[in-house]
Amino acid sequence: MEKDLNINIVEVTRIEGHGNIVIDVRKGRIKELRFDIIESPRFFEAMLRGRRYDEAHHIMSRICGICAVSHTSASLKAIESAMGIRISRQAALLRKLAFSGEMLQSHILHLFFLVLPDLVGAGSIVPLLESHPELARRTLGLKRLSNDICAVVAGRHIHPISLVPGGVAHTPGTGELKTLKKRLEDSFRELDALFEFLSGMPAPEFRLEREFISLKARGEYAAYAGEPFSSMNYPMDSISFRKRIKEYMVPHSAAKHAKSPRGTYMVGALARVNNNFRQLRPTARAIAKKAGLVPPLTNPFQNNMAQLVECFQMTEDAVAAIDKLLEMGPRPEPLKRPKAYGTGIGMVEAPRGTLYHEYRINKDGIVERAECIIPTAQNLRSIEDDLRGFIPGILHMPKKEISGLIESLVRAYDPCISCSTHIMDVRFV
Amino acid sequence: MRDFERPKAAFFSFTSCEGCQLAILSCEEALPEILKRIEVVNFREAMSERSDDYKIAFIEGSVSTEEEIARVTKIRERADFVVALGACATTGGLNCLKNRFPMDDVKRIVYGKDAGQIETVPARPIDSVIKVDYRLHGCPISGKEFLAFFADLVMGRSPRTPNYPVCVDCKMAGNICVFEKGMYCVGPVTRAGCDAICVTYGSVCWGCRGYVDDPNVNAHRETLKRYGLTAKGVAQKLDLYGGKKQ
Repeated sequence: MEKDLNINIVEVTRIEGHGNIVIDVRKGRIKELRFDIIESPRFFEAMLRGRRYDEAHHIMSRICGICAVSHTSASLKAIESAMGIRISRQAALLRKLAFSGEMLQSHILHLFFLVLPDLVGAGSIVPLLESHPELARRTLGLKRLSNDICAVVAGRHIHPISLVPGGVAHTPGTGELKTLKKRLEDSFRELDALFEFLSGMPAPEFRLEREFISLKARGEYAAYAGEPFSSMNYPMDSISFRKRIKEYMVPHSAAKHAKSPRGTYMVGALARVNNNFRQLRPTARAIAKKAGLVPPLTNPFQNNMAQLVECFQMTEDAVAAIDKLLEMGPRPEPLKRPKAYGTGIGMVEAPRGTLYHEYRINKDGIVERAECIIPTAQNLRSIEDDLRGFIPGILHMPKKEISGLIESLVRAYDPCISCSTHIMDVRFV
Repeated sequence: MRDFERPKAAFFSFTSCEGCQLAILSCEEALPEILKRIEVVNFREAMSERSDDYKIAFIEGSVSTEEEIARVTKIRERADFVVALGACATTGGLNCLKNRFPMDDVKRIVYGKDAGQIETVPARPIDSVIKVDYRLHGCPISGKEFLAFFADLVMGRSPRTPNYPVCVDCKMAGNICVFEKGMYCVGPVTRAGCDAICVTYGSVCWGCRGYVDDPNVNAHRETLKRYGLTAKGVAQKLDLYGGKKQ
């Protein structure tokens, strides 16, 4: 179609952070396409330099309010691997529980506050409170529950408190855990309702073969634990990750872009479901099948549904973690002390994808160097590639609809721009 | 009864993690009630609509670029009442840690040879640029405190800020003093209002709410030394949230 089109979306709304989309189509051909990142950089690597190891997780949590538990966890794993600390089984279970809470919280926030308004043609959740009160009540309840999981373990979700080097500094009571378990079991009803609603709103059709990178773990669905894995199946582990993934600056973005040895790749819920389908627990896997999310996956719009599948997974994971904790009988434990110093790597699956922290800590316990690779920065190249592939197929539509679909596609990635600019890889020199 | 016209309110984010806005979204049960009292006309993180017509502006984040200085000044011109949301906005917060180094070094540390395309100035609290009418402290803000402030605001009461140290909250929470546990904290000079939640959950007070008025910093510096912290350790304890202490 020989069409001219100029789209300039200033500050895409209902995403985390500040980004613009610029698209220029001349005679049906894309001349220019950019997802500009205009967030103010915060320079976390510089902030961390010269600080004590036991402040690092506290500082790095502040990279992002939405995925604070993920940044804290990756930070703690990096510190603990550098300093030869092995946390107890109870501490690991508590951290996993908080992690499930955060993933649930982040996905619910994205699906309900950011995506749902698109589906019903509203600008925000505000009209939904009146037009879909039942759905609003259910999802706000789910969000409350996910907050409470983090609150029980870590004091709060936004900047968790008790997750510290050497373990977990607070022990939840048996009663609290039992109450939480009951609420989690009851919440499947609410998730079912949300699934019914979302299934009634099929994702736009768009297929593009792609590489997916996520962590993969033995015997569990990778979230807090696991080693990096590519759907292209070339060898990769946490040690080689930074060498495999090349980050580079582009002129229009305060966040770096990244590429794998194969080029563009995607991280996040869709990547995890694709790579770890067989590790999904029964209910989550049944939901994935029902939703048609069976690998190999190709449609980035399905990331929304993949997040919902993970809500089921995280709820089942949380119940399983609580069961183990109750069986052990949670009791206060001393924190493990550092035994060594050097370089350490910490990797987790943040809600938006694979997150990498690497620190060098000297013999005085001071952080000398920090490096991070952030999920959204890894997805920026994929977002632009997808837009390039998607736009030609929708050029016949009115401009307003095209803009709407483009925003929906970007939003489906659930970009977290604060994260992607607030820290970039980079060595202290 | 006359129809009540809801004041228009806008939310803005500057250099921050957007966690304080999230803390407001996390007041789940209260959200419908909040929306009955104010009309939110700007909240980019959660809504598509935007408007420049508002009475109350909630501002999260520090100011750390020339563009942000201009933007925060515009917001001040439009709003009757400006609320600083959270440590980044009230004291500069953790962002100020970068101010320990020359800005050129900071850019080079993070962006290497591409440093030239990045713009930054030393991070600062918003009241170093504009007049602020009320401050909600903390990293992040406490949802409970936000709701109490919100109630005062819509009822036309003048909101109060605690002006006593975290130690008071900590005693009320029934905590054992962290100094008794071989840890260090800055609670004795830090503004309360957080229920000492960090100590309750096994950590220490990090000072995120800034100083109380007239803090006895010198005395606390001596205490930290007496408990075995080096001079450098003392300085680091005090400067974590120390861009500008309120």
